[in-house]
Amino acid sequence: MREPPLPPLLDARQRAGLGIFLAAALILVPALHLVFPPGHVLHVSTYTVTLLGKIMCYAIVAVAMDLIWGYGGILSLGHGLFFALGGYAFGMYLMRQIGRDGSYRSELPDFMVFLDWKDLPWYWAGSEHFLWAAALSIAAPALAAFVFGYFAFRSRIKGVYFSIITQALTYAAMLLFFRNETGFGGNNGFTDFKRVLGYPITSPETRLALFGVTAGALALSFLFVRWLVNSKYGRVLTAIRDAESRAMFIGYDPLWFKLFAWTVSATLCGVAGALYVPQVGIINPSEMSVANSIEIAVWVAVGGRGTLIGPIAGAFAVNLAKSWFTVSFPEYWLFFLGLLFIVVTLRLPRGLAGLWRAPRRKDAPPEAEP
Amino acid sequence: MSVRDVLRGIIGIELDENDPFGRPARRRTLDISHNVILYLEDITVSFDGFKALNKLNLTIDAGELRCIIGPNGAGKTTMMDVVTGKTRPDSGTAFFGQSIDLASLTEAQIAHAGVGRKFQKPTVFERHSAFGNLELAMTADKRALPSLVARLRDEERDRIADTLRLIGLGGEADRPAGLLSHGQKQWLEIGMLLMQDPRLLLLDEPVAGMTDDETMRTAELFVSLAGKHSLVVVEHDMAFIEALGGRITVLHEGAVLAEGDLAAVQNDPRVIEVYLGR
Amino acid sequence: MMPVADFYSSSLKVPMLKSLLAVSSFVCALAAHAAPDAALVRRLADADSGVKVAAIRELARTPGPDVLRLLEAMSEGRLALAGGAVLIVDGGSAFDAATGAAVKAPENAEAVTVNNRIRGELGNALAALGLFDPDPAVRLASARKLQGKAAAGMEAVLSSALARESDPRIKDLLALTRAQAHLSSADPAVRRAAVRALSGSSSPAVRGLLLPLTGKDGEADARVRQAAISAVKSIDGRLALTENLGRAFSGLSLGSILLLGALGLAVIYGVMGVINMAHGELLMIGAYSAYAMQTVFRNHFPEAIDWYLPAAIPLAFFSAAATGALMERTVIRWLYGRALETLLATWGLSLILIQAARALFGAQNVEVANPGWMSGGVEILPNLLLPWNRVIIIGFALCVLLLMWALMNRTRLGMFVRAVTQNRAMAGCVGVPTARVDTLAFALGAGVAGLGGLALSQISNVGPDMGQSYIVDAFMVVVLGGVGQLAGAVWAALGLGVVTKLLEGWSGAVIAKIVVLAFIIVFIQKRPQGLFALKGRFAD
Repeated sequence: MREPPLPPLLDARQRAGLGIFLAAALILVPALHLVFPPGHVLHVSTYTVTLLGKIMCYAIVAVAMDLIWGYGGILSLGHGLFFALGGYAFGMYLMRQIGRDGSYRSELPDFMVFLDWKDLPWYWAGSEHFLWAAALSIAAPALAAFVFGYFAFRSRIKGVYFSIITQALTYAAMLLFFRNETGFGGNNGFTDFKRVLGYPITSPETRLALFGVTAGALALSFLFVRWLVNSKYGRVLTAIRDAESRAMFIGYDPLWFKLFAWTVSATLCGVAGALYVPQVGIINPSEMSVANSIEIAVWVAVGGRGTLIGPIAGAFAVNLAKSWFTVSFPEYWLFFLGLLFIVVTLRLPRGLAGLWRAPRRKDAPPEAEP
Repeated sequence: MSVRDVLRGIIGIELDENDPFGRPARRRTLDISHNVILYLEDITVSFDGFKALNKLNLTIDAGELRCIIGPNGAGKTTMMDVVTGKTRPDSGTAFFGQSIDLASLTEAQIAHAGVGRKFQKPTVFERHSAFGNLELAMTADKRALPSLVARLRDEERDRIADTLRLIGLGGEADRPAGLLSHGQKQWLEIGMLLMQDPRLLLLDEPVAGMTDDETMRTAELFVSLAGKHSLVVVEHDMAFIEALGGRITVLHEGAVLAEGDLAAVQNDPRVIEVYLGR
Repeated sequence: MMPVADFYSSSLKVPMLKSLLAVSSFVCALAAHAAPDAALVRRLADADSGVKVAAIRELARTPGPDVLRLLEAMSEGRLALAGGAVLIVDGGSAFDAATGAAVKAPENAEAVTVNNRIRGELGNALAALGLFDPDPAVRLASARKLQGKAAAGMEAVLSSALARESDPRIKDLLALTRAQAHLSSADPAVRRAAVRALSGSSSPAVRGLLLPLTGKDGEADARVRQAAISAVKSIDGRLALTENLGRAFSGLSLGSILLLGALGLAVIYGVMGVINMAHGELLMIGAYSAYAMQTVFRNHFPEAIDWYLPAAIPLAFFSAAATGALMERTVIRWLYGRALETLLATWGLSLILIQAARALFGAQNVEVANPGWMSGGVEILPNLLLPWNRVIIIGFALCVLLLMWALMNRTRLGMFVRAVTQNRAMAGCVGVPTARVDTLAFALGAGVAGLGGLALSQISNVGPDMGQSYIVDAFMVVVLGGVGQLAGAVWAALGLGVVTKLLEGWSGAVIAKIVVLAFIIVFIQKRPQGLFALKGRFAD
């Protein structure tokens, strides 16, 4: 009769999987990269390290997206904005780390010299401190998400309306960041970074350190969101997704449940963005484009909504496919991506995770439309 | 957004709206000193010119079991929407007890104050287990952040188990609610209401889709609840209403047409005209 | 063109008396058509530019076919100096500029050099001569050309032209131009009168003329300065007004296109609850239809090239509608009730359409020309030109809107569409073929978007990505206008277009867009009814 006590956060197999992932990311990849010389069969190239690091950042975004879409039923087409905000916040620090090594030999970032600015704008204050920048890369997306989410959820904007308004939000932000006067480098954004925490940013050791930190952040994000969705909070969140008015009439205010998930999700995106910028070496307004944000949704859809592990796999699958296509058949990438959107929504509503699980759960509850 | 909203939502402090110093408010207490739990006065609701409620006046006594009948479009569901905060009246006042103004509260706050509602179409969380549905409905701290660390205590577990047995779902605790039959879902929703422990229950066609046997068991349950709780039941099933045996209010075109016991209402010429005359 | 300051210093040297003389000689010249004075003609070939300018001005005071021919030849560089005589060279032949006698083209002829200053002077002189052309169109063009740069000493020519002129529009222009010439008068009273006369103008060129008079350096007389300051102010006011009117008008045409995009979007959303992310690509299909039809006409009917656009209307409508119907049948149909997933699937469709357009037409923008009858414009106020292409787009959108309204309210299909919008299940029960209605409504919405794309091709770049930049705006129209009513979409589209364009003038395009989006987000806080136009008893 009694429901069993709360399941442990991870079962034995999942614990093993997490262990293998961390071992690979923290020991195997660094070892293969450093020990074997370039050209060796077992050498992991700089390109591969950067690519995997980048995809792990995307995987954090996929986890964040799964929280809000898979569990909250809220499809955001503007998550690229929060990713980019985190990236820009940390990018400010990286720009300051260039110091006088820029092409104008000035204390100011090159683009400001180019615009003939004499001082840093006020919002650049403190950006030379690593901790401040790191805090900002969490706080800026969180604050933006909180304010927007508060107004949107309070006026009960839902479903496709919410989606297209988030799309407009990121579009507006992209236009804003394209302007030189905004003070974030306009079209070109931030690039040509030299150092992070004083270490040269392109050295193998720094790369591997960033790679390891990203792997750790991915593991922590996964565990945190998993804990969140397994708590009573998470069950209320899915309850609101499936029958909002029922949840309201038994005393849950959807505004705060949605807003919390939304803000946490945006914050994770900010963390991912902050880790992405030093590894990829550039951040510009195109990260905020509508197309980028919608692509996040397809990672989650491909992997399977509401599974957490699925979206991580989806982010890896889609982005590895993307880097293969853009090298081998650049002109077919959009066809492939477009077909992927259609096939996944039409034929695989539960994504790869659904394929994996389908044979085992015959009496699964009916698919509810989020 | 006001400081009050932020405090309420994030750190769970409810500020007294009338206190200039913004001190925390006491929990809203239901005042039924006049032995009346619900007052609706001159409530009017219109949708694009159509008056769903037209100066509706209705009072429910504390502990009463009231049945509401009326033809389609009489305003029964809209009346429940007004009480639960889903629809704001264009004019008129709605008070819960002597002091709680329903018009100033959100749906969730009204639920907290002690109003429970069952929908016409059974609405349960289909992806949650029967147990989980009751757990979510159970009286508890229902704000977002406290729910992060909420754990079930043993006595709460027992209470859920008792309710599951009472609604005949003792063997279905772990089944997703979406896989239950229509009647079972009706019962589950009633069980959720019980877990909520409301002072006033609004039940919109609670026995639709139930067998005769189930219907009679439901009637027994409701009669046993009356007294401790107040119940407002909207139904078409006259046998069920007879079994409940409470006072009956007939709604027609958004206003009260007649009120009294079953015999009085059935013999009222206006009621006969409304049901049979046209 | 001569700088204003230069014009001043030289004009002050010209005595009034000389002008008066010129008038009398001009009146005689009109009667006699006397050949140009030989000495004067000789000075045209002088080494000093100043002498040349003076000669040109002199000649311009005696209009006549000979002078016209002479100055035209000079501006075309066909004037030569040979042995002290100025010759007009015309291909192989030549004749004396003063007498008109044919001469043998000499070997040692030296071309008369024409520098920029002289070229400007010649332009003015030829324009002044054009004022006496029998064709009113030529006179109007000449008067326009002279506006804002009337040279000194031209008052007389202008006065006489004014006296002969019958067309009121040209008369107004000439009066204005004469006032400009009077600005250089030595008499402060004349200058002040001229300033006053000019204060009614709305031309930026006139403003440029008056501006130096507002300072001590350009004008010695305080009262003239005062008059100039107030004249500049009133011209500024009128300029700002016409500028804003012009912006509002281009906003209206932008709004018309948004409307064509949003109408289809709103119909599809109303009927199926689907936000079609590929709607922008349906616009693109319409625009490429214009391009395709233009190519067909160029290759096969070059003489009828101007008519490619009307011929493209059915192509744009039906190609977009067919694409839409295909999309509905193959993808969207299978996703009913899953609105968010439809959003993603239609996005996938849009990616495929974009890439298909790249493969078919190339990644670069293609060139779609305005037909001849769409170029130019109608000038409703001085300085406010409404380009024909925009006028026609607004009219076109209006026609489509009327047709759409008639279709929705006067036909059986429209009735079905409205029925399904209100209650799909009930409509199905009473025998409305909902599946067919869905396909037709989708095709209709797509077709209207195609027409929008056709209109868009006339004022904007045509390229594979063009749909993407319009789609966010079209969504905002639907959000703002609410669902299920044409009127909401119309007001929202036109309002959004006009407000965007007006803000653009005030703050730049990017800020304007951000402000508008921010406004919409605030607006739906206050009036979510804009979103949920249908109010009533609905379960969630």
